[in-house]
Amino acid sequence: MTEADRKSYLLMAPGLLWLVCLMVVPCLLIFGLMFFERGTYGGIDWSIVTFENVARAFDPLYATILWDSLRIASLATIMALLIGYPAAYAISKAPEKAQTALLFLAILPFWTNYLIRTYAWIVLLNPAGLVNTALASVGLGPWPLLYNEFAVVLGLTYNYTPFVILAIFAALQRLDPSYAEASRDLGATAMTTFWRITLPLTAPGVAAGAVFVFVLSIGNFITPDLLGGGKLQMAGNLIYDQFLTARDWPFGATLSAILIGVMLVLLFIQALFSRRALGEQS
Amino acid sequence: MSRWHRVHLVLTYAFLYLPILVLMILSFNKAGLPTAWGGFSVEWYGKLFANPKIQQAAFNSGVVALVSTVIATALGTLLALGVERSRPSAAREALLFTPMIIPDIVLAIALLSFFRLLKFSLGLHSIIMAHVVFNIAFVTAVVRARLKGFDWALTEVSRDLGAGPVATFWHITLPLILPSVIAAALLAFTLSVDEFIIAYFTAGAGQSSTTLPMQIYSMIRFGVTPEINAMATIIMGVAFVALFAAQRLNKGQVPGM
Repeated sequence: MTEADRKSYLLMAPGLLWLVCLMVVPCLLIFGLMFFERGTYGGIDWSIVTFENVARAFDPLYATILWDSLRIASLATIMALLIGYPAAYAISKAPEKAQTALLFLAILPFWTNYLIRTYAWIVLLNPAGLVNTALASVGLGPWPLLYNEFAVVLGLTYNYTPFVILAIFAALQRLDPSYAEASRDLGATAMTTFWRITLPLTAPGVAAGAVFVFVLSIGNFITPDLLGGGKLQMAGNLIYDQFLTARDWPFGATLSAILIGVMLVLLFIQALFSRRALGEQS
Repeated sequence: MSRWHRVHLVLTYAFLYLPILVLMILSFNKAGLPTAWGGFSVEWYGKLFANPKIQQAAFNSGVVALVSTVIATALGTLLALGVERSRPSAAREALLFTPMIIPDIVLAIALLSFFRLLKFSLGLHSIIMAHVVFNIAFVTAVVRARLKGFDWALTEVSRDLGAGPVATFWHITLPLILPSVIAAALLAFTLSVDEFIIAYFTAGAGQSSTTLPMQIYSMIRFGVTPEINAMATIIMGVAFVALFAAQRLNKGQVPGM
């Protein structure tokens, strides 16, 4: 290690140490907790090592919740991509000056309070809310818009679309415009060029956005709780219950480990995607 | 930009902003109901400020955000300086990337189990420790973006002329990267004030460590009230101003920030 290296490690040490002690170690602890049993009064019984929790996670009772979460997260991911891709595409076609502002406006809500953004939909969708009032004024409704799967998917889509726009915009910006121009010059229509050139080459951005929406949706407990009216459980709610209600930490830890596992697998697939796309480009 | 691009963008931004805008307008509605306009009024804001629980929660959130921002900005800036000057490391990149993508609930329960097993007391201090984790990652990312085009010759000159490393940092490096450090701090502050899940799990019991988002959550669960609209308007307004300032300082060096 050179002198310069040692100095830069000295600069990094406090921050890295903080992350190791308060993120890496606690997360490893979660993986460890999986293999123990719940103590009689909560806490952990360290005397027994067991695979019981892992088996229990795939019990039909919990498998249903896992399945519901997968479905809802997939729907939200698809919706966010359908809104986010064209938006990112349009921003990338805007004059350069406008791009920064448009992108900033798109991502701005994402940095703000999640609870408030979710609450806004309660105000809009409830039976006496704005949407139903508007519907009533033209003789329709009231429609059950709140406390169901529709509301949960909508809430997740709303909250995570900004990130999808950002991820896809970044991919579009890395894209060399001469590919699309060459395709057009060779006689392909705009449509063909999009499907055969632009979309495949921006697949890494799509994958990055999709993984993000999907994982955060599965792990979400606020949106199902507030917009699903507690009738709908997702993996996040299940984890929440194990830690704060049932006080079965080992089982909660098992569910979290599964969530992390799903995320890692998806990120790995996304990395493969992006490596392939980059390989094709160079 | 074709006409369809424009139409889609208008619809997307309407989708993103109309719900928030509706809340803001309703917060000034005297009737307090979303269905009828009863005239302009700031009475809900008055009720909000008179609520002792909200005063306490706002104070707690301020303390948590301020302390965690100061710690994270210091550690994150040093970290960024170190990273940009040393050889790339995949493991380190992963370590710095993880706090930004890990689902909040996972970090929340990991920290809760960790603190409990160590018999560590829970309160505002444990929320601060947790918030520093994700804030370090965001601060480092913002400051690193600025350092990408940094002319290290400037610091070398300073050292050659006899300044120590600390003097060089205070007189050369810091002033040059200051806009991004302030931008990073503003972002960290906003993220901390708005963060709910991790705070909820690491706060322990009692009103003394309830933060503003935790207070909002319990209020929302009881239903729609005009006070929440007023509070939402203030929080959103403050966040928008802070983020706008951060973006101006950063001149769009970090995409979307």
